[in-house]
Amino acid sequence: MQNKHEKLEKHIGWFFVATIFAISIGGLVEITPLFFQKETTQPVENLRPYTALELEGRDIYIREGCNTCHSQMIRPFRAETERYGHYSVAGEHVWEHPFLWGSKRTGPDLARVGGRYSDDWHRAHLIDPRSVVPESNMPSFKWLDVNTLDGQLTAKKMATFNMLTRNRSHKDENGNPIPLYTAEEIAEAKTTVSGKTEMEALIAYLQSLGHALK
Amino acid sequence: MSSFWSIWIAVLTLGTLVGCYLLLRLCLKNFAGVEEGESMGHTFDGIEELNNPLPKWWSTFFLLTIVWGFLYLAMYPGVFGSNWNGLLGWKSSNQNVVTLEDSKSQAQANLQEGSGTLVEYDREVARANETYGKIFAKYATYSIEDIAAAKDAEIDFNTRDYDALTAVQKALVDRSEALRVGQRLFIQNCSQCHGSDARGTTGFPNLTDDDWLYGHSPADIKYTLIEGRKAQGMIAWGTMVGGDEGVKDVAAYVLSLSGREAKEGNAEAGKAKFAMCQACHGANGEGSAAMGIDLGAPRLNDNVWLYGGSERAVQASIKNGRAGVMPAWKDILGEEKIHVISAYVHSLSEK
Repeated sequence: MQNKHEKLEKHIGWFFVATIFAISIGGLVEITPLFFQKETTQPVENLRPYTALELEGRDIYIREGCNTCHSQMIRPFRAETERYGHYSVAGEHVWEHPFLWGSKRTGPDLARVGGRYSDDWHRAHLIDPRSVVPESNMPSFKWLDVNTLDGQLTAKKMATFNMLTRNRSHKDENGNPIPLYTAEEIAEAKTTVSGKTEMEALIAYLQSLGHALK
Repeated sequence: MSSFWSIWIAVLTLGTLVGCYLLLRLCLKNFAGVEEGESMGHTFDGIEELNNPLPKWWSTFFLLTIVWGFLYLAMYPGVFGSNWNGLLGWKSSNQNVVTLEDSKSQAQANLQEGSGTLVEYDREVARANETYGKIFAKYATYSIEDIAAAKDAEIDFNTRDYDALTAVQKALVDRSEALRVGQRLFIQNCSQCHGSDARGTTGFPNLTDDDWLYGHSPADIKYTLIEGRKAQGMIAWGTMVGGDEGVKDVAAYVLSLSGREAKEGNAEAGKAKFAMCQACHGANGEGSAAMGIDLGAPRLNDNVWLYGGSERAVQASIKNGRAGVMPAWKDILGEEKIHVISAYVHSLSEK
């Protein structure tokens, strides 16, 4: 006595296929259209690419896992915008690969931290967070002040970003995409960053955050 | 969003709802060829499977969730993507803004009567502005001095009956309240550098003493908060004063200005080299503020040390330079909040 239901229930292969199908509908509806939507692919007006030093700083931000405790995503609630500034929009993040929105706030959101504190403050805070915020539970990152950048890969990173953003950059008057970095900037990248400390790079990156909607 | 993607979303979303309904219908039918309530013919460990239908309450609730799904999609955006915001015209925020001005004008347009759009965030902000805007507007009618002068007023905030007060008493309550609001805002926004007691720390000025880099008149304080301050920036003087020895000499002279004796260096030799420092710090180290210029060069002939007063710290300042930066708060806090914070800061050093 075999009924239709049992075909599905008792054959793991069919059940697997049916499950994948059911789950994929959610993604097809909620994710795929965003790839082709103007709002999510067009940069906001004042967006500028990271400089070579900021780009290196961003990689240090990723290496140290800053995004596990700090989000970069201000939600559209007044309680958040009063503290952090204008809510984040997709157009600010079109050149982020990968994006660093984060999903947890052990520390505050950093989406618009640029310009909010002085470079000196960031330096003091990264070396010893409790020297400026006594109740902070952020770890110290004092080695950033010792390690220096050699800039070996900076040019390559910039070229990669040109490739990743080739259809999402600003356009010139003829509608042709303008690459994020010019050949000159890429050629100069190594000399710009080499010898700088990781601290300088990370602070440059932090000071650039949120510049496009300020 | 192109119409292709709108249709894509609509077909998949509505198709899923209809599919769920059909699945429910299918599962309510008896395909087993066994009477309802009879045995399906297998037992295990004394437990027998009967051919029972889906419970009525369960299938009813399933049906209700499908109905709810249709209603929700009719009211809120979803079924046609960003091309149709539903019957309520609801949006959480204006995600398509490209500048701050754009954001402001969109918010304004959405709040107009009959705009057809209900932007949750814009509404929330408008409601809050209605409540708090009045309060801050009231505080703005008092001058910074007046608010700061309410420092010592003793008011029982819990039992007062505001409406029963005289005009003079009301003003005192307002000013005292403004000062407390200023303090709260200071703790939230300024304590990261200046400390929650406003006494500062190395590199970040103490606001409770009488030593001011940019003046402490109400207008000066407010200007500092609104526009920020960027010290001229002391460059690294190490090589220009003649290397490590020169640095020690100048440091010895700088310490002698406040009557201290240095362990290293020759103050007399340093005095000659201090000529290079006079342009910003003044002939006798009285600082740029005393000379009436906004360079942010600290006074050196007192015993207040922004970057540390040890001999080492003074030497390091001369050798490597310093750069004091106070960020601008105009765009983050807005003028009305800065007004009460300025009053709080002004009250700190008011003796």
